[in-house]
Amino acid sequence: MKRVFPILAILTAVLLSYAMYQGLVVAPTEKTMGDVQRIFYYHVPSAWTAFLLFAINFVASVIYLFRRNPKLDAVALVSAEVGVVFCTVVLVTGPLWARPVWGIWWTWDIRLTSTLVLWLIYVSYLMLRRFSTSGQTPVLAAALAIFGALDVPLVYFSIWYFRTQHPQPVIGGGGSIDPRMLHVLLINWLAFMCFAALVFWSRYRAEMLQREVEEMQSLEALLEPRGAL
Amino acid sequence: MTFLYAAYAATWVIHIVYLGTVLSRYTKVRKEFDELKRKKI
Repeated sequence: MKRVFPILAILTAVLLSYAMYQGLVVAPTEKTMGDVQRIFYYHVPSAWTAFLLFAINFVASVIYLFRRNPKLDAVALVSAEVGVVFCTVVLVTGPLWARPVWGIWWTWDIRLTSTLVLWLIYVSYLMLRRFSTSGQTPVLAAALAIFGALDVPLVYFSIWYFRTQHPQPVIGGGGSIDPRMLHVLLINWLAFMCFAALVFWSRYRAEMLQREVEEMQSLEALLEPRGAL
Repeated sequence: MTFLYAAYAATWVIHIVYLGTVLSRYTKVRKEFDELKRKKI
């Protein structure tokens, strides 16, 4: 595994560079928005990746509640953390795209608000994981994750069922997309998925090692001879 | 174009900062782990 990781990291870096080149140079310029529409190639794949990570968090949390396997708990924690990073990218690139196109940075419509709420739910999940000292923290966090996951379909389908300023979905919705743009979009999504997998892997290894260290430290504390009173 | 570059740059700043924290956390934990292992021996 030690040898595979650097090779995958290099391949991902190459893929990300290629995807960026495709997004900035190769993809056709959108007629009404111009070049600023190219934010789309980072904004949308980041949102899809975040949704996928939150879905992993949901599945791992549900199974954890039944099996109480610490590895599943670690998967849930890591997927939420990496998901929050991708969701942050969505919330930053969105206003940077909205300002030149809509003339405003932000509007409290259903798509944007539900995305912000989703981000806040998972940030509170991470805060709970970070600051709670209770032995029941993984169970409480798993329950919170299940409620958090309910917001994901709300975010995704909000533009189908509500009137919103946000454009229609490009795949499976009312919107349409040039096949060349779709190609670049999918390349960028693949690149971000590979990147997310690598980050996930690194963070998961760190998390498991941290747990091992904590276990060793508590064992050491138990075995340490008590000082003379 | 400013907004486009700002969005791409912001994306990479967010990812690099997070990756940096993950790697530094891993290095710190690895050090602790090696130290505990050495103590055990």
